[in-house]
Amino acid sequence: MGILEYLSANLPAIAPEIGLTILAMVILLVDSYRPDAKSNIGYLAAIVMALLAITPFIPGWSPAMGESSLKWGGMIRHDMLASIFKVMILFAGSITSLMAVKDSAVGQKGEFYLIITISTLGASLLAASADIVMLFVALETVSIPLYILAGFSHSDAGSAESGLKYFLFGSFASAILLYGLSLLFGFTGETQLTAIAASLTSSESILGTNILPALAALTLVIVGFGFKISAAPFHFWTPDVYEGAPTPVTAFISVASKAASFAVLMRFFIGVFPDAVQLDGQSVQAFWTGLITVMAVVSMTLGNVLALRQENMKRMLAYSSIAQAGYALVGVAALQSVDQAVMTSAISSVAFYMFMYTFSNLLVFAGVILFSEAAGTEKISEYAGMQRRSPWLAVTMTIGLLSLAGIPPAAGFFGKFFLFQAAVQANLAGLAIIGVLNSIVALYYYLLVIKIMWVDPGKDEDQAIKIPAPLAWTFGITTIVVLLLGVVPAPIIGWARDGAAAVAQAVTIGLP
Amino acid sequence: MDSGFLTTLVLFLPMVGFGVLLFVDSEKNKEALKWVALGFSIVTFFFSLALWAGFDNANPDLQFVQQWNWLSIQIGSTQISSDYYVGVDGLSMLLIVLTTFIMPIGILISFNASVLKERGREKLYYSLLLLLEWAMLGVFMIQDLIVFYVFWEVTLVPMYFLIGIWGSEERVYAAVKFFLYTMSGSILMLIAILFVGNAAGTFILPDIIAQVQANPNLWNETAGMASSSTVTGSLLFGAFFIAFAIKVPIFPFHSWLPDAHVQAPTAGSVILAGVLLKMGTYGLVRFNLQLFPAESVQFAPLIAGLGVVGIIYGAWVSYAQDNVKKLVAYSSVSHLGFVVLGIFALNSQGLQGATLQMVNHGISTGGLFLLVGILYERWHTKEMADYGGVWKLMPLFGGISLVIALSSMGLPGLNGFVGEFTILMGSVGSVYLNFFFTLLGTIGVILAATYILKMYQHVYMGDNKPAPHADENTYKLHWTELAVLIPILFAIFWIGIQPGKFFDTMGSSAKQLVAYVDESYDAYETRQADLEAESAAQVETNDATEDSGD
Repeated sequence: MGILEYLSANLPAIAPEIGLTILAMVILLVDSYRPDAKSNIGYLAAIVMALLAITPFIPGWSPAMGESSLKWGGMIRHDMLASIFKVMILFAGSITSLMAVKDSAVGQKGEFYLIITISTLGASLLAASADIVMLFVALETVSIPLYILAGFSHSDAGSAESGLKYFLFGSFASAILLYGLSLLFGFTGETQLTAIAASLTSSESILGTNILPALAALTLVIVGFGFKISAAPFHFWTPDVYEGAPTPVTAFISVASKAASFAVLMRFFIGVFPDAVQLDGQSVQAFWTGLITVMAVVSMTLGNVLALRQENMKRMLAYSSIAQAGYALVGVAALQSVDQAVMTSAISSVAFYMFMYTFSNLLVFAGVILFSEAAGTEKISEYAGMQRRSPWLAVTMTIGLLSLAGIPPAAGFFGKFFLFQAAVQANLAGLAIIGVLNSIVALYYYLLVIKIMWVDPGKDEDQAIKIPAPLAWTFGITTIVVLLLGVVPAPIIGWARDGAAAVAQAVTIGLP
Repeated sequence: MDSGFLTTLVLFLPMVGFGVLLFVDSEKNKEALKWVALGFSIVTFFFSLALWAGFDNANPDLQFVQQWNWLSIQIGSTQISSDYYVGVDGLSMLLIVLTTFIMPIGILISFNASVLKERGREKLYYSLLLLLEWAMLGVFMIQDLIVFYVFWEVTLVPMYFLIGIWGSEERVYAAVKFFLYTMSGSILMLIAILFVGNAAGTFILPDIIAQVQANPNLWNETAGMASSSTVTGSLLFGAFFIAFAIKVPIFPFHSWLPDAHVQAPTAGSVILAGVLLKMGTYGLVRFNLQLFPAESVQFAPLIAGLGVVGIIYGAWVSYAQDNVKKLVAYSSVSHLGFVVLGIFALNSQGLQGATLQMVNHGISTGGLFLLVGILYERWHTKEMADYGGVWKLMPLFGGISLVIALSSMGLPGLNGFVGEFTILMGSVGSVYLNFFFTLLGTIGVILAATYILKMYQHVYMGDNKPAPHADENTYKLHWTELAVLIPILFAIFWIGIQPGKFFDTMGSSAKQLVAYVDESYDAYETRQADLEAESAAQVETNDATEDSGD
């Protein structure tokens, strides 16, 4: 195959990433030569990232329906599941840049947008990675920029503390993950995910029938991912980092890096440990889905219960995001079924959930940014009287919070609906019931914020909050998406199902 | 024109009103807000009357149907679909008219509400009322489980704000309790909906009912459990039942109701009592009876028993109240106990009486809350001890109040009597309930007389206790107050004297439903017996092979 043919077959798989690289270089140049145009850099980053979200739809570039092909020598998967995650990650980057423009801590610093772009690049690669080397490199490309960003506002001690904590926890988790990955490489001599599975099942596997080393490697990997998706019991960093980091960074951490990690989490486990991998007559799949089930229950319950007593909005959202990770893990746990249809439901439900969560959470965080800039506080009790200070802000934030709580017609309802449906299909009705009970607990603390915004009298009620243009755009886009997903979920869930079906089919029939 | 378009039109008119309200400038046109809201609610009412006029009484099935595909999910080889599917039958027709009838009353009584003048935010208030009307109409019209659930949940949001923002002192506690309590019930129903949808392969109600009709043991056979076990069906029935029981509320799930009612603003109470509670009883008829006919028969004595307990308990507690609004709130528990008794008598009279009683309760108890609201505007208290001699102070109002109170009590010639009488007839004739249900239910009628008369005696008779800061205008009824009371009186007399039109509307649907429940129960029994015989035979053959193997 000629080099041109090779490139034309492989380049579309990383089209958004190429665009992000060019964007990063342009930002660097503009930042150096036009020191007065910081806001414009933000707009530039936002617009370009939103435009890059179109690339998966360009005819000829888009992945073929029902196909999950390997590109770049087995490093990258080019399939619809990758597309859907890339779209949400690019929008997360775009909207984060947009809402950061008016943030006093980061908005007027050109390098902020550069670092966000690079982190988006990493997340986008992570969602598509098919090889443990690619996986690790991409994961670090997401994380290292975020360590920097968490400690970005040097004048603020909280931010510095948050950056350091995030770095220490993160590098520790990365090390554990790397340990697990290198064990797998050691056992099999392969780095490509499905090749590892093939090697584990072959008769020449050095593990023979010994299941324990595989379980050890698997547990280490789960710990690493558990940190990234902030699932309990690996969540300890979350509240401090969320509270201390500049709010746009918190928003980005809570959606983009989480969504990408969920994508790769599912890819990794169904790739390396599908049902076909039986060691010593035991299914490894039953082991990891069991662990995921426990993590789901613990995350949901712990996150929701601890969120009840929070007084700081960002801390509350941190615990809520732990709980949200727990819900999404319900969908991952539903992968315990070997039925292709159920796996399709499970994968697509997680994809849909992360899609709606991205927009709902960004919506709420945009509200937090605006309110903090106007009122100078993040305390929940200070949100009193917000409805009278800015009715639109209160309406949009209410929609975002209701979506997180899972109340129709906001998108969150269908997010949870599809997750629990997948769980019921996979004979995990018990898990679905725990999830449902948890959403009642969660409803309480979301309602409390809504009540404070709408009912309680505030002290500065006569001072209206003005919504600056970039935040107005943020609110507009996210609110419309959240409502649209809640009223007509069919296109997105259909898209996610097409992507998931290709992945599930590849697993059940054995990969090339 | 497609006749189903009329249903969609009635459903979405309040939403159009909601959209128009958003663009009314609340600073410049404060007056326009309420007129827009009132206008849209009245137009909706007239269109629903047109729906009723065009309704074919002889046809027991859904009419004015409109269906668009909305969501379909491919699972394996089966396609699970969920549609926008609206339709009206005899059981929902009257409730739709009730909803559109109560809404203009709720809006009109708010025109001069002092709480609205005090706390402002009229635009939000009227928008929420129209949003609530849209959601409630959706609950009564939608024939698809998922879309139904969406509308069911959406009703909570405006009511939460109505209680939470414009309620009395303890409003936030009451609003949160209302939201969480009802949400906990309905979320169990969500799980059951998922189960039902997966088992039936569709979320469209008529399609599921067709499957249940073909095999009433469907739920026990599709969930991968032993097929002669009845656990799955009972659990699903229970999940739907609890969601609706909380909404009704059926004893012992009623504790949110007094708080919500007492704290809600007048319009909130009227709509809550008038329509929202009916969503629960309607759900029992539409979903529990239709999806789980056999289970409904099995659980009928238990649930009717809870209904009877509710009748007596509600009346008893109501009698003990000093707070007039709480008294009316507990009377709801008692009245809705009758409705539950009627539904689970599972015969045509019981079901028709129950459906009529849903309408009656909306009118009478809605009316009682209007009275309490009108009194509160003048005396600014809900304690019965602070009232006295209202009839002498406000003679016209006292007279109207007497009619509404007597209607709530079930005096012959007024609407309450017709409903309660038919329900008790049904309960006597029911093959599933024994005589004691009727006996205890009748005691409830007597108790109703005691608490209503106590209320009337304390508030309207006795020594004059004038309102604080009274002037010559205080005791005059405002035109909006008269305008809301007159339609209520009209409905009370119409149903009391000429209930024929109402029974005709629901008759054929009710008869068909009852026949369906009976047939399904018989088929279910046969099916269960077959399955048990089959598994017994299986065991025998197994034993035989084991024996011969030895």
